[in-house]
Amino acid sequence: MNFNIIGTGMYVPENIITNDDLAKIVDTSDEWITQRVGVRQRHICVNETAEDLAFHAAERALNNSGISPDELDLILVATVSGETVSPSVACMVQKRLGATCMAFDINAACSAFIFLLETAAGFFARGTIKKALIIGTERMSRIIDWTDRSTCVIMGDGAGAVVLEEGSGYLSSTFTVKGDDTVIKIPQFIGNSPFFKLEQEKPYLLMNGQETFKFAVNAICGDVEKLLEQNKLTLADIKYIVPHQANKRIIDFASKRLGVEEDKFFVNIDRYGNTSSASIPIALDEMNREGLIKSGDLLLLSAFGGGLANASCIIKW
Amino acid sequence: MILEKIAELLAETAGCEASDITPDTKFSDLGIDSLDIVELIMNIEDEFKVEVEMDQSLVTVSDLIAKIEEQVKNA
Repeated sequence: MNFNIIGTGMYVPENIITNDDLAKIVDTSDEWITQRVGVRQRHICVNETAEDLAFHAAERALNNSGISPDELDLILVATVSGETVSPSVACMVQKRLGATCMAFDINAACSAFIFLLETAAGFFARGTIKKALIIGTERMSRIIDWTDRSTCVIMGDGAGAVVLEEGSGYLSSTFTVKGDDTVIKIPQFIGNSPFFKLEQEKPYLLMNGQETFKFAVNAICGDVEKLLEQNKLTLADIKYIVPHQANKRIIDFASKRLGVEEDKFFVNIDRYGNTSSASIPIALDEMNREGLIKSGDLLLLSAFGGGLANASCIIKW
Repeated sequence: MILEKIAELLAETAGCEASDITPDTKFSDLGIDSLDIVELIMNIEDEFKVEVEMDQSLVTVSDLIAKIEEQVKNA
């Protein structure tokens, strides 16, 4: 026993920032960003928080699923950019939805959504829950350095959510963690202890672009091959590969190395940028609402990011 | 042999002729960006079964050849 996805939802802030808008803030251009990253615009919060984004995405997913908040047994939220360490975003979403179930956050950076699915699958397997709400929400604009043109052009804000109920749609998964803080790092505020002697690092996303690219391409290709082999499937059996929307170039090169046509990959980074843990549930909601996936279709979700961690799974829609 | 293979892979990435690439060719002169260089290195790693560390010392094609030769020799 694990789960089926019975509803999806997403929410992005209204404010759209185009590449031309960014070119007024940092030394960059629409051509450079489009060619090197594949982002044309991103939604950036003005007066919404990561919690607000999560709440609205959750409401939409619940509406889509047809279940009410009081039926939920579990709320899990992935975020690296929530405004509060405590209460967790999950707790505040629980309150705002009017749910009463257990709720907590999990941090596994950009690959967190798959870690959440795996965690939920464990609860379903134990038979302790019947329905769960899984959310990825990020206000990446809070944790990027807006003077650093190598990162601020990539990221975007948004949230995606799915509702799960008992079923057998979670077919297979793989997780790889290789602890490393030299490739991707987001330092926290170190506090004002009069006793602490270490220096504050800038509390913004630091990323080595070349190392991240290599790690990401290897992660997608390795995970896809591993999951297909484990399940005795071929790419022809998979309707879509839904990758974490980190950089279009990563997706392009992964598709080249896997020898698969690019349209096998669902891509929406051009419109939202990299929304970290929210990118895969946002993609799932778009695919669901656009009618791209039908009951019984197999999807391969593949995520990678800070940790370093990568995680992929095959789900049956 | 190594030069020929690099030239072939690099020409594909940069969209130029392999014959135009010499050991003195600078990556920055080919109009390719940092991610193109990673793609090239990953292809080379597969081709020669080596691991090439990416750092600022990779400026010309001969820098890359030296890194590969060093690894092939130690293998």
